[in-house]
Amino acid sequence: MALVDVKTEITGNVWKIVAKVGDQVEEDIPILILESMKMEIPVSAPEAGRVQAILVEEGQVVSEGSVVARLEV
Amino acid sequence: MAPVTKVLVANRGEIARRVVASCRRLGVGSVAVYSEADAPLAHVAEADEAHPIGPPRAQESYLRVDRLLEVAAQSGADAVHPGYGFLSENAAFAEAVERAGLTWIGPRPESIRDMGDKQLAREIALRADVPVVPGSRRFEQGDLRGLDDAAAAIGYPLLVKAAAGGGGIGMRRVDRSEQLADIAVATQSMAAKAFGNGAIFLERYIPKARHVEIQVFGFGNGEAVHLFERDCSLQRRFQKVIEESPAPKLPQEARDRMSAAAVALCRATHYRSAGTVEFVVDADSFAFYFLEMNTRIQVEHPVTEMITGLDLIAMQIDLARDRLLPLPQDAVSRKGHAIEARLYAENPAKNFMPSPGRLERFRPPQADRIRVDAGYREGETITPFYDPMVAKVIAHGSTREEARRSLIGALKAFEIEGIRSNRDFLIACLADETFAAGDVSTDFIDRRRAHLLEPVAAG
Repeated sequence: MALVDVKTEITGNVWKIVAKVGDQVEEDIPILILESMKMEIPVSAPEAGRVQAILVEEGQVVSEGSVVARLEV
Repeated sequence: MAPVTKVLVANRGEIARRVVASCRRLGVGSVAVYSEADAPLAHVAEADEAHPIGPPRAQESYLRVDRLLEVAAQSGADAVHPGYGFLSENAAFAEAVERAGLTWIGPRPESIRDMGDKQLAREIALRADVPVVPGSRRFEQGDLRGLDDAAAAIGYPLLVKAAAGGGGIGMRRVDRSEQLADIAVATQSMAAKAFGNGAIFLERYIPKARHVEIQVFGFGNGEAVHLFERDCSLQRRFQKVIEESPAPKLPQEARDRMSAAAVALCRATHYRSAGTVEFVVDADSFAFYFLEMNTRIQVEHPVTEMITGLDLIAMQIDLARDRLLPLPQDAVSRKGHAIEARLYAENPAKNFMPSPGRLERFRPPQADRIRVDAGYREGETITPFYDPMVAKVIAHGSTREEARRSLIGALKAFEIEGIRSNRDFLIACLADETFAAGDVSTDFIDRRRAHLLEPVAAG
């Protein structure tokens, strides 16, 4: 079992967290949705796995490259 | 109408700075508002006074009617300028401002409300003899009566559109009558699922379209002038990127008819203040159709200011304080050609994804006949809470070619570090041979995408 970081490629405001800890997610399935400059941008699972941790809260500003969740793969 | 001595600017960034500048020119006081995220910005520093209105999110600050009215009362402002975006086309806000005894610097609330209702706006345009895109009645899900006749009247190819759709979603092209019924049924069922409303309508498809708009100014008494057109065909994700006036390769006859139609619409509605009548133009036949009317000052208003020498915001303020007499059309003239490029904090190579961040270096170019309207200064941070526009760069030349070259030069000289921007993409658009030839259309960026992104990837 390995842990994989879910990173955001852009700076934005966490608008909605759509996955829960323990959820099984497929590759490209959104974990959360960021809001940045009037756009909604999903941050998705880089590969299939189980959500081990969500490291941010709704309303929080995250910067480009930061780890927002971890998956067990 | 009342005296206007102190204007509350219900906006932020570059347009707030722009309104403050015109207030200063007229000797009128200005009051800025700002969210927690915007406290360090130039518009806050430049206004005569500034008041905080809430947390960064627009819903909790710039869109808070109650807070804005509170600040107006506290500061003793007697008028409100809404800028563009936010509450600028919110009729309820305009009414609340007037109810509070303040002067609304803009169109009457009824005009804002009428033009905001797209169906009603279309009817008002038709009544004023302004052509609209040929279209059909609505067909609710399961109802296809008269569909073939409606399609024949419009002509093929045509579009089947979901009534509740928008932004290109729920829209399909039909080339031949045999395809019509199947596509109509499929679109109705898709729309019912996606939008909870299966209604569709038919509309003429314009294979190669241009976006041309007429800047108008109404005096509120049935008199109005046009301030010429702007071509805004270069867009990405339905957002304008480059705007210019005159529109290249547009026959004078089409230009005259569009201007006359726009003025007729303003006269018919006794339109007051600055506005824009937007048309979609068939790039081959130059047939034009009313799209919508924007009842506010627009982002690209400097293009018009550069060629006419007018200050549109000062005109809005003067009209609101009863100091502007109606202009006759022949009092307005234009000189040369102006092109505007919108600098966005975004990454063209990654599908124009937003790129907020700190402007480590930000040195707008300074040159003759170059105007830069920027919302930020060096060292300031572009936050993710608002739209990605950082600055507008406008070049004025005696010819289109001169303006185009001068704008390329100005963009190349624009030093910007700390964020990703579309600067090189803008330069590539302006340098593109199709654009240089004046062959603009709304599919330009998609069609030339690979070519336009090359220098970005290389640079």
